[in-house]
Amino acid sequence: MGKQHYQINVNGEAKDVLAEPRELLIHTLREQLELTGPHIGCETSHCGACTVDIDGKSVKSCTVFTAQVAGKDITTIEGLGSPDGMHVLQEKFREHHGLQCGYCTPGMITRAHRLLQENPSPTEEEVRFGMAGNLCRCTGYQNIVKSILAAAAEMNAAKEAAE
Amino acid sequence: MNDMTPPSREERIESLKGMGSSRKRVEDARFTQGKGNYVDDIKMPGMLFGDFVRSPYAHARIKSIDSEAALAIPGVLAVLTAKDLEPLGLHWMPTLAGDKQMVLADGKVLFQGQEVAFVVATDRYAAADGCEAVVVDYEELPVVVDPFKALAEDAPVLREDLEGQTEGAHGPRRHHNHIFTWEAGEKEATEQVLDSAEVVAEEMVYYHRTHPCPLEPCGCVASMDKVNGKLTLYGTFQAPHAIRTVVSLISGIEEHNIRVVSPDIGGGFGNKVGAYPGYVCSVVASIVTGKPVKWIEDRMDNLMTTAFARDYWMKGKIAATKEGKITGLWCHTTADHGGFDACADPTKFPAGFMNICTGSYDIPTAYLAVDGVYTNKAPGGVAYRCSFRVTEAAYFIERMIEILAIELGMDAAELRRINFIKKEQFPYQSALGWEYDSGDYHTAWDKALKAVGYDDLRKEQAERVEAFNRGETRKLLGIGLTHFTEIVGAGPVKNCDILGLGMFDSCEIRIHPTGSAIARLGTISQGQGHATTFAQILASEIGLPADSITVEEGDTDTAPYGLGTYGSRSTPVAGAATAMAGRKIRAKAQMIAAYLLEVHDDDVEFDVDRFVVKGAPERFKTMKEIAFAAYNQAIPGIEPGLEAVSYYDPPNMTYPFGAYICVMEIDVDTGTHEIRQFYALDDCGTRINPMIIEGQVHGGLTEALAIAMGQEIAYDEMGNCKTGTLMDFFIPTAWETPNYTTDHTTTPSPHHPIGAKGVGESPNVGGVPAFSNAVHDAFRAFGLRQSHMPHDHWRIWKIANGLGLHG
Repeated sequence: MGKQHYQINVNGEAKDVLAEPRELLIHTLREQLELTGPHIGCETSHCGACTVDIDGKSVKSCTVFTAQVAGKDITTIEGLGSPDGMHVLQEKFREHHGLQCGYCTPGMITRAHRLLQENPSPTEEEVRFGMAGNLCRCTGYQNIVKSILAAAAEMNAAKEAAE
Repeated sequence: MNDMTPPSREERIESLKGMGSSRKRVEDARFTQGKGNYVDDIKMPGMLFGDFVRSPYAHARIKSIDSEAALAIPGVLAVLTAKDLEPLGLHWMPTLAGDKQMVLADGKVLFQGQEVAFVVATDRYAAADGCEAVVVDYEELPVVVDPFKALAEDAPVLREDLEGQTEGAHGPRRHHNHIFTWEAGEKEATEQVLDSAEVVAEEMVYYHRTHPCPLEPCGCVASMDKVNGKLTLYGTFQAPHAIRTVVSLISGIEEHNIRVVSPDIGGGFGNKVGAYPGYVCSVVASIVTGKPVKWIEDRMDNLMTTAFARDYWMKGKIAATKEGKITGLWCHTTADHGGFDACADPTKFPAGFMNICTGSYDIPTAYLAVDGVYTNKAPGGVAYRCSFRVTEAAYFIERMIEILAIELGMDAAELRRINFIKKEQFPYQSALGWEYDSGDYHTAWDKALKAVGYDDLRKEQAERVEAFNRGETRKLLGIGLTHFTEIVGAGPVKNCDILGLGMFDSCEIRIHPTGSAIARLGTISQGQGHATTFAQILASEIGLPADSITVEEGDTDTAPYGLGTYGSRSTPVAGAATAMAGRKIRAKAQMIAAYLLEVHDDDVEFDVDRFVVKGAPERFKTMKEIAFAAYNQAIPGIEPGLEAVSYYDPPNMTYPFGAYICVMEIDVDTGTHEIRQFYALDDCGTRINPMIIEGQVHGGLTEALAIAMGQEIAYDEMGNCKTGTLMDFFIPTAWETPNYTTDHTTTPSPHHPIGAKGVGESPNVGGVPAFSNAVHDAFRAFGLRQSHMPHDHWRIWKIANGLGLHG
């Protein structure tokens, strides 16, 4: 199958990629752009390990073609924080033991990041509902929920302090 | 505090972040930033991709395989079939259970999804195209998915390769689809007890087939370097050293020329213990092509082919006095192993540790028999977040206790209490052959009942039944009780081996001159946080801060030999090796300290992070100082350096236990449930990191919730797997999962160097019966005795309907 040229914006940088029209975004990200943070857990949109942010929405990158996201802004876990400046969600997941094997974690944090944009002060129930598209086999979610609520509180406090 | 004040003893202990500290995990910085290194993240120059052509039939003869069209597809380089592997002797491989398994279909297939051909291509898309283009001509054969029907006289012969063989790996085979019979305990004595008992409760308890389903599926990258003859195999291996030995034995490549690496593993839960056709085919493909070959299964491959769990039909009889004192237990299990016996059990235990099925109770006489049977289902039978068959055993006894309580008209909590093994009976010799190391069940039980307000719950339940009968509510209340005892930490080399490899484990420590260290172990973390907790054990043992100790696992070129991580064996076995290696370091450090302090060895003693002169605490050498001295002092009679290695052969298993109580509301009309409360008390002996223990309990309970309430690998009569995607195979989301209350008692293991017992699997072992018993208990007042899991909404609705509760 012939490859075509697409331009996508990933973590603030314009990237040129050559891909077959059938190539899934998760494969472009992981294999061409070497962004191996998003993972593949099911390839059927159920597990959420591949979650990225596309134009302000959480999207499972295993069921979207790279061709479909040409020109769009994509954020992966690699765009959320850096070793020198961890995102507050990354810090809170560590602090509250919100991860174990780490395989769901990049998708989890990427989704949580968007959830807190959509709803900066969620209740526990809203966090549980808002995170229901991301599966975890290790933690039982209790500490993930705790991590997200703690991150929301800290982000809100920082925002208030800045105002 | 004045800066000049030396830190207090407590401050020194705290700064080590040793045992008992809820130390934050060192793994998390890379995982939270997406910088983990899982097998599918590995990219090598020229790397090829392999994928399988799989059988759509559960039982069929293969008449022909035509690869011509596939090989014509751009990017497809090779199509391997059994014929290609046969000259190498690799078309079949040994299983961990003493059976053999087809690597690629040799003349026939025995389960849906079985590997028929391996397509090697330049990328995963071309490999998938190649798989589509391979033409296989099948002739369908009669299918058997029911293990009881498989033992019928006229049942089709599944394993033609074994035809006429009346002796199997575990004794006589009495039928062409029979694998083994395994027995424990006293048959005649138990039957006599049953015959003369005042009360006998009898029931069939089925623990359905399910799957560990870690979020990361199985996979590997094989890279054969033909120039220097070295094979490197990266993969999702819970036992990397055992895989190296197996690869060497079946491939003929000398073991020193094989390097097996388990990188970060995205959950295992038993799924990643076994050896799979994908590994063998990747190795062969790399040898054939001279390029690295990656094979990663997709979710459907994972659920349909690699390592199911459970599928035990457990027929039980339990005898008691009228007052409820249990006098005997009898169990016959029919075990559905699928097309090949690929269980991951210690060699001498073809039914794992199913003989822990007397549970927490002092049962004087017992008998267990297990019959293994072939069917047209996927092979496996792994321990899904449990020690070998321990969940099956715990579910069996915890259901039988409930059923006996019904038979006796007794409260199930009280029935447990009067039958528990008493604290003073430990070490306790069980009727089925185990020596329980330690326990205090009554204390745990009373604490749990008090914590949930048990008596009030029973009152509320009785009132609810009355209200239901008056037509005022359609919701029932279930109180699910469980007191489980596990057997983990396999195990003593005298009776535990896999393929002849003794199940010891190991730790090697090197202290660096500046007082930091690296420790390497024979185990491999899959999320348990070994890099964090093993450093804590060492910190307490050798007095260097956990933050200064790197823990490394999974590379067979550097790590000492060990049998890996499953069956909650890491802490009981490798944790013990870590402590023992630490003690060797300390013994040498003591001699160095004595030399530096110019006193006799016996005149110094260890104190947190230093050796002090007895009676003169102001005279001391810190471990950091001692470490430097080990590298720069010429000490008479002592070699330079500070290193140690320990291979630990445990004298016994460990026996963690716990008391779990689940309070569940059930809607009779919709079959839906709501978990109002879940209280989990665990006793895992000495606690290394409470934060990690709590996380393990949360996770294990959620896997138990899944299994009890909806998760299964189901087949139709034609052998089609009906649960091959996460749409059909239930994994609870954050929305369905409750909050859990955790608690603990601490009864150290008397034979373990630090008294730790292991905890990762307890919540699954105890959780499944707790959830299931809650469902049963809700309907007890209406006459329910036994109903098989999983208790999804439809099945609960059917229970209610069957009991006439829908009017």
